[in-house]
Amino acid sequence: MTRTPFVIRFCNATPKSGWIALGIFAAIAMLLLPALHLVLPPEHPLHVSAYVITLGGKIMCYAIVAVAMDLIWGHAGILSLGHGLFFALGGYVFGMYLMRQIGRDGSYQSDLPDFMVFLDWKELPWYWAGSDSFLWSLALVLIVPALIAYVFGYFAFRSRIKGVYFSIITQALTFAAMLLFFRNETGFGGNNGFTDFKRILGYGVTTPEMRVTLFALTALVLMATLLLGRYLVTAKFGRVLAAIRDSESRVMFLGYNPLHYKLAIWTLSAMLCAVAGALYVPQVGIINPGEMSPANSIEIAIWVAVGGRGTLIGPVIGAAIVNLSKSYFTMAFPEYWLFFLGALFVGVTLWLPDGVVGLWKRIQARRVA
Amino acid sequence: MAERLRLRRVPFRLGTARRRNCGVSRRATSADFSRPEMKTMRHLFITLFCWLSFSAHAAVDPALLAQLAAEESDDKIAAIQAIAASADPAALQILQSLSAGTLTAPDGGEIMLNNRIRAELANALAGLRLVDADPAVRRAAAQELQSNVGLEMAPLLARALEKESDAEIHALLTAAYAQASLTSPDPAVRLAAVTALGASPSRSARNLLLPLTTASGEPDKGVRSAASQSLKAVEAKLAIGETLGRIFTGLSLGSILLLAALGLAITYGVMGVINMAHGELLMVGAYATYAVQGLFRTYLPGWVDAYVIAAIPVAFFAAAAVGILLERTVIRHLYGRPLETLLATWGLSLILIQAARVIFGAQNVELANPSWMSGGVTLMAGLVLPWNRIAIIGFSLFVLALVWLLMNRTRLGMFVRAVTQNRPMAGCVGVPTARIDTLAFGLGAGIAGLGGVALSQIANVGPDMGQGYIVDSFMVVVLGGVGQLAGAVWAALGLGVVTKFLEGWSGAVIAKIAVLVFIIVFIQKRPQGLFALKGRFVES
Repeated sequence: MTRTPFVIRFCNATPKSGWIALGIFAAIAMLLLPALHLVLPPEHPLHVSAYVITLGGKIMCYAIVAVAMDLIWGHAGILSLGHGLFFALGGYVFGMYLMRQIGRDGSYQSDLPDFMVFLDWKELPWYWAGSDSFLWSLALVLIVPALIAYVFGYFAFRSRIKGVYFSIITQALTFAAMLLFFRNETGFGGNNGFTDFKRILGYGVTTPEMRVTLFALTALVLMATLLLGRYLVTAKFGRVLAAIRDSESRVMFLGYNPLHYKLAIWTLSAMLCAVAGALYVPQVGIINPGEMSPANSIEIAIWVAVGGRGTLIGPVIGAAIVNLSKSYFTMAFPEYWLFFLGALFVGVTLWLPDGVVGLWKRIQARRVA
Repeated sequence: MAERLRLRRVPFRLGTARRRNCGVSRRATSADFSRPEMKTMRHLFITLFCWLSFSAHAAVDPALLAQLAAEESDDKIAAIQAIAASADPAALQILQSLSAGTLTAPDGGEIMLNNRIRAELANALAGLRLVDADPAVRRAAAQELQSNVGLEMAPLLARALEKESDAEIHALLTAAYAQASLTSPDPAVRLAAVTALGASPSRSARNLLLPLTTASGEPDKGVRSAASQSLKAVEAKLAIGETLGRIFTGLSLGSILLLAALGLAITYGVMGVINMAHGELLMVGAYATYAVQGLFRTYLPGWVDAYVIAAIPVAFFAAAAVGILLERTVIRHLYGRPLETLLATWGLSLILIQAARVIFGAQNVELANPSWMSGGVTLMAGLVLPWNRIAIIGFSLFVLALVWLLMNRTRLGMFVRAVTQNRPMAGCVGVPTARIDTLAFGLGAGIAGLGGVALSQIANVGPDMGQGYIVDSFMVVVLGGVGQLAGAVWAALGLGVVTKFLEGWSGAVIAKIAVLVFIIVFIQKRPQGLFALKGRFVES
């Protein structure tokens, strides 16, 4: 028996309807919206404003994080309440590059980032070495969170910490990291984090062209994440993961070692989050330790829950719904946003255990019957 | 430094005013001076009084009295010192009336004082009070002399030292005497002083000794080496005090953690769910305390100091009611889905926080410690135990005893333990598990409310005060083992003390991270916690 080639398996993992939907999405996000933003003059009724492009890019970053979360929570049963840490780490690593790109245009006209001049530091700390290289920074975006996730995951999974234990410990992890990054001495800008970015590879970060490029790039990464996720969960790897989720002891009795499977998906998920963070920072223009707060991380879980766990596309929808309503609420009724978010947490877990996608499937099933 | 001096002197002066037999405090006297007729009256009265007292104690040399009215400040100071050195009872009265501005010169003129003279006068007065019959007065005077004392006080201090019988005052006097002698030009006197300082451990002793170990601060070699020896002795004793102080603050942090974790341990043990709104139940308890304080201030202003006691049951039942409400409406429907419970209770915590913001405002509210909780006990140099922390440790012991009784000596406690150990089997033998869940949840919430009362006495009370506690109290539960009271106690107190020690060495953030790393490593070795339940488990 010959194995089907990888490309074919990869393509077959996503059904035809999925490919069509992705094609439409690609056309809109990578051609139509950029064109409407760049070509049409601002007063034209069909012009897409910079606000919409930024918001869209932001939500797509969140969607990547949500898919990464779905891979571990929906498919492997590991609820991480610390995924904001990896998102922020990716952002910080790429933010270091962006800070170096400011060059001497900062308010102190120094080679060092402004906050270091402010702290009266004379040279870059060792971990900033090479941060002016674009490629090295991209590599670090993947390496740093992967390394941290691997080491943490190894010790956690090896001693079979799971369920709520694991959730709370990941929350403690991101909380401790937040405290660490709040300190000025840590060397990442303390309270204020990184901001006032000027350039990427020499091109202005706030120009419409750069904005559109980042937007299209984010869309591309999101689609790639979905395809990869789809491939993984339909492959044997994904089926073992689902088995671990449903009964870890039985998988062990069958002779599998869950450690490697869990560790692989956990590390991959952390890397996806980091990529999303790296795409997020230049679009939003700021990264600070607040991104690591436990509240942010737990919000990621609700995006997944709202969309529907274990569906991959559901988390994308969930991230969009929650963040669009957040943008709306915090502008229209800021004091009711927390009530709404809290009610969302309660309501979704009580009445919508399979999220919006599950609701849609139920409605369709009723129509057929 | 100046601020502390002033604060220390105020009660002292008020005390002397009362003892002056004039019946009017110094402040009132100066106010009276604004009215001319009162001024004349007072002058007449005081002169008469002083004259009477002088005639009664004629031991003070009249020449000195005349010198007090001299033109030059130096002469006046010399006179003051001479009068003080006589250690005569009359001297006290003369100097007191001089200090109050009521002493008139023999020719009837007013004696002018400047700041330098006043400082000298205050010192001389303190020196004289050292031989007072009342120990409280002597102690206050000795304390006043700790900060600034010159060589001229040395003979007076030596005389007071001889007579002193109270150990605490004796120690204070020794320190003051040593300080006074340090300014002596004679190395032998300085050597004796340095040796004496080594026997009286205090921060001021350390500050006095520190400059004497260098060549620029102390010319004599013998004194220098004696000073560094004394410094070592003082620092060793101070370090003991600091260590004990850290253990104490660690214990008080641990008892707060214990109050927060006890409730969580019960609900987690019984139902296997983590209540992320647990910290907000602490907040409910703290706000209940605040509300009780408000009621007392409005309706029972005379009993305000008792509001904390009254708040204990109120906070318990308020938090328990909120907890039962949460259990009945939300958590009950999520059994068997612990991760979803985590999210739902997080949502509930957001709602509770925002509700507190809407009701009480986003700012922290102000809670006053009752007067019996302010201040502290001084055990030794560098070790002061504040009453509010002592009260919290006692309170958590009290709650712990109650919970232990409830769990081990009542039917409800037996049911709760039964459900913790084996839910289906407990149900089979007739334990109403659903009702036990509700009651256990209410109990856990109520204990969190009690924790809120304790917390309100040492921390800020605001809408998001509870957020930081969920992780810490969960760590306690993990460390101690589920469903184990003893485990929770050891884990909470241990974590508290370890955290405080780490904070002392490396700062709060590093301490937090170190504790987290420690717990992850710990779980590698003992996944069931310190005190695992005996028995065989098959995980789901």
